[in-house]
Amino acid sequence: MSERASFDIRRMPGFVAIALATFLVLYAPIVTLVIYSFNAGMSVALWEGFSWRWYEAAMHNQQIQDAAVRSVIVASFASVFATVLATMAALGTTRVRPFRGQTTIYALINQPLMVPEIVTGVALLIVFATVKQATGYSGLGYLILAHTAFCIPFAYLPIRARLEGLDRSLETAAADLYATPWRAFRRVTLPLMMPGIVAGAMLAFVISLDDVVITEFVKSAGQDTLPTYMLGQLRRAVTPEINAISTVLLFISVAIVSAFFVLNRKKA
Amino acid sequence: MHAPKPSVDASHPAPAPARTGALNLADEARKREVRTSWLLSAPALLVLVTAASGPLLIVLVYSFLAAGDYGGVVWSLSGEGWFKVFLSRDIFDDTVGIADAHLTIFWRSVRLSMLTTLICIALGFPTAWFIATRSRESRNVWLFLITIPFWTNLLIRTFAIMEVIRSEGIVNTVLMTAGVIERPIQMMYTDFAILLGMAYVYLPLMVLPLYAAMERLDFRLIEAAYDLYASRWRVLRRIVVPLVKPGLIAGSILVFIPSLGAYVTPRVLGGGKNMMLGNLIELQFGQGRNWPLGAALSLTLLVIVMVALIFYVRIVQKEAASRE
Amino acid sequence: MKARLMFTATALAALVAAGPATAAGKLNIFNWGNYTNPELIEKFSKEHDVEVTITDYDSNSTALAKVKAGGHGFDIVVPSHSYVPIFISEGLLLESRPDQMENFKNMDPQWVDVDWDPGRHYTVPWQWGSTGVAVNREDYTGDINTSKIFLDPPEELVGKVNVVPEMADVMALALMYVGGESCSTDKEKLKAARDALMAAKPKWLSMDYGTTDKLSSGEWRASVNWNGSTFRARLANPPVEYGYPQEGFPLWMDSAAILADAQNVENAKLFLNFIMEPENAALISAFARYANGIKGSEAFMPEDMKDAPEINMPPELAGAGKFNKTCSKEAQDYYTAIWTELTK
Repeated sequence: MSERASFDIRRMPGFVAIALATFLVLYAPIVTLVIYSFNAGMSVALWEGFSWRWYEAAMHNQQIQDAAVRSVIVASFASVFATVLATMAALGTTRVRPFRGQTTIYALINQPLMVPEIVTGVALLIVFATVKQATGYSGLGYLILAHTAFCIPFAYLPIRARLEGLDRSLETAAADLYATPWRAFRRVTLPLMMPGIVAGAMLAFVISLDDVVITEFVKSAGQDTLPTYMLGQLRRAVTPEINAISTVLLFISVAIVSAFFVLNRKKA
Repeated sequence: MHAPKPSVDASHPAPAPARTGALNLADEARKREVRTSWLLSAPALLVLVTAASGPLLIVLVYSFLAAGDYGGVVWSLSGEGWFKVFLSRDIFDDTVGIADAHLTIFWRSVRLSMLTTLICIALGFPTAWFIATRSRESRNVWLFLITIPFWTNLLIRTFAIMEVIRSEGIVNTVLMTAGVIERPIQMMYTDFAILLGMAYVYLPLMVLPLYAAMERLDFRLIEAAYDLYASRWRVLRRIVVPLVKPGLIAGSILVFIPSLGAYVTPRVLGGGKNMMLGNLIELQFGQGRNWPLGAALSLTLLVIVMVALIFYVRIVQKEAASRE
Repeated sequence: MKARLMFTATALAALVAAGPATAAGKLNIFNWGNYTNPELIEKFSKEHDVEVTITDYDSNSTALAKVKAGGHGFDIVVPSHSYVPIFISEGLLLESRPDQMENFKNMDPQWVDVDWDPGRHYTVPWQWGSTGVAVNREDYTGDINTSKIFLDPPEELVGKVNVVPEMADVMALALMYVGGESCSTDKEKLKAARDALMAAKPKWLSMDYGTTDKLSSGEWRASVNWNGSTFRARLANPPVEYGYPQEGFPLWMDSAAILADAQNVENAKLFLNFIMEPENAALISAFARYANGIKGSEAFMPEDMKDAPEINMPPELAGAGKFNKTCSKEAQDYYTAIWTELTK
């Protein structure tokens, strides 16, 4: 061991360089987006000097603010629901001997991935319109339900990837020590699954924030999200107002998550 | 999240299911196991059936109906939708031939999606590895850093990419100022732009599952391999890749399949001169007003992906079984 | 901690449960994105004490599909003229009789007996305009009043032209270029139009929206474009000019109408009457930069619109402008087949 002291088994040639380059590529457009939110000009394409005008415009634009808040609400609900459901499904379908119907479950869970959004959008439009007329309820519930459905596979796959090959011996050991199944799950299995769950929840949240086509078809009056608001502008002109509100959202979410990290570390 | 990772000997074989003398007891346990599986999956399946698979039945029905004059469908049976997916009647001389426009679009979608997946693996694997090999505390920070760009929505991210690669964008400006090139490189409205955009959009779908799989890697296995004088490349190929395979496969599915139906990126970055499947289907439901054809096209896509996926699940299961 | 969580959850749940209210004093408008002047809405809200909600759509077909499905909660929709007959024949519009409203006297007589709504029993003009070509004069100084700009581009513009992916407009331009008309089912003409498009495509840069931005920034040197968008681009980038193709170019008009299943009919009628007031119609035009159809609104329009060549059609070319028809199923299938071949 001692002669290997300088040999890092975790290093792979070139990996660090590629990873850092990837981060650079990921951040270049985001930095541009933030910069253009301070553009004095009318467009997102032509830099005409620094100004706060788009922040002021966004501050006075009730429609865009509502859309932004609505996006976050829908994404929060949908990602939490999807992650809980996906975790349960992953527990049910991994680490068991293959059983009849397992393939059907896989197929159903992954189905939203396989159908272009426009198709799901049109189908949901027809179903939900009938329900809306029958019940008279036309709130955000439909959007949350639709988003939850297409977020499930995105949450499920990382959780399953984590769960597969997780050693059962620990849970068995816990059971041997007379832990109730629930206690064994909470104290042993769940912590082990956590990285997968976090990855899944993050994906679900991001995917919900991104969705434009399904939302466009499912939304009722006054239910624009930020993406559908922007889709409406696509044909005409996209103003840096969008950049401004996105920058604000970005900083708010970064602040929240950073606070969460700091607090967590103190606890630990 | 910060639960100490107990050290487990990975080489320890998974405990065999309790063997009791009485066969019916084992049967009973097996039944209970299967029932639990279904119960745990039921809530997710319920949501999916209500808001995804169920409504798809409508699409299936629509694909066999006649197109309405102004979109929608007319309630009369018709094979026209399916006919047009594969065959086309030349509008000028009425001869019937293979629908080569559809095949061209199909093939372009498959090709670009495969390339996107490969790019995502090439960039995502090292990145996930990089994150997974940081110290426990900084891992979460890096993970967080990789998701930040994705908290802005897809459309605006795509627009931001456009800012970077357009003729007067950052890349061209920097290169021209540095004197590397004399005239801006045309990057927008090319397949390159579509690939870049899709790889960007789908990268976290590759990195996160890979990370989830790598994070539980037992590095003592790798250490053992190095002790046996294996090269880094060999370790990567023979030990790391097989161990993180579930993550790699999950990531590939998450990237490949949505790429096939991508709509926004080809439209905004590709300049719309060449459609991908998502755009073709959208055309039928939108300006083309031919819902049955749109429905049939999307079901064709669905069937192909489904067959590939079932095929893949079978292989994985067989592999898992043979490993036991 | 738990109590606070509960509180947050309840508050969020309340937010979710609250759908759009249907009480009196509300109005839900379903309109094209970035098309409704906030000042107009503010003024209407104040005058009539009505809370207005705007929801966006991005295409006529999406708007039609959603309205047709029902349960949407919208009161007013603003379809293009070629979609108005579809909305009417599907029974989706309320016969609200704008022609009997107080402010109908302001309506420009040329827009009263229109093909898509004779006598104006359903719709009130929102804005109208044309689809032509925009050219950056720094690159090309020849005649721009022709579809050749994109169907047979001059040397200087080869590889620099954008074509908006608006199937109906582009097909109409191509058909008129070869001597046909919109929604033609004449195979000779269709074939000629297809050949012209296929031959021209390699000379295009892209088929994309966002024309105002990219013409303004100078990134695109020419594009098939709408007049109002070109006007905005010229204000930012003066060498941009608008051409009215002499071979024929499409005209269009978006019109506001009340939906048959509207829940706030009275407020919706107030709104239709409201936008026929010249001062208010001018607010619509000031925002998206297209003409409306209301006499006397010019007086309230921004100064730069009054003699803008993009808004005031030159009389010698005005005759070439034709409103797109509502295509039959057969014509639509030809359109789609050609379009698929073009963009495959």
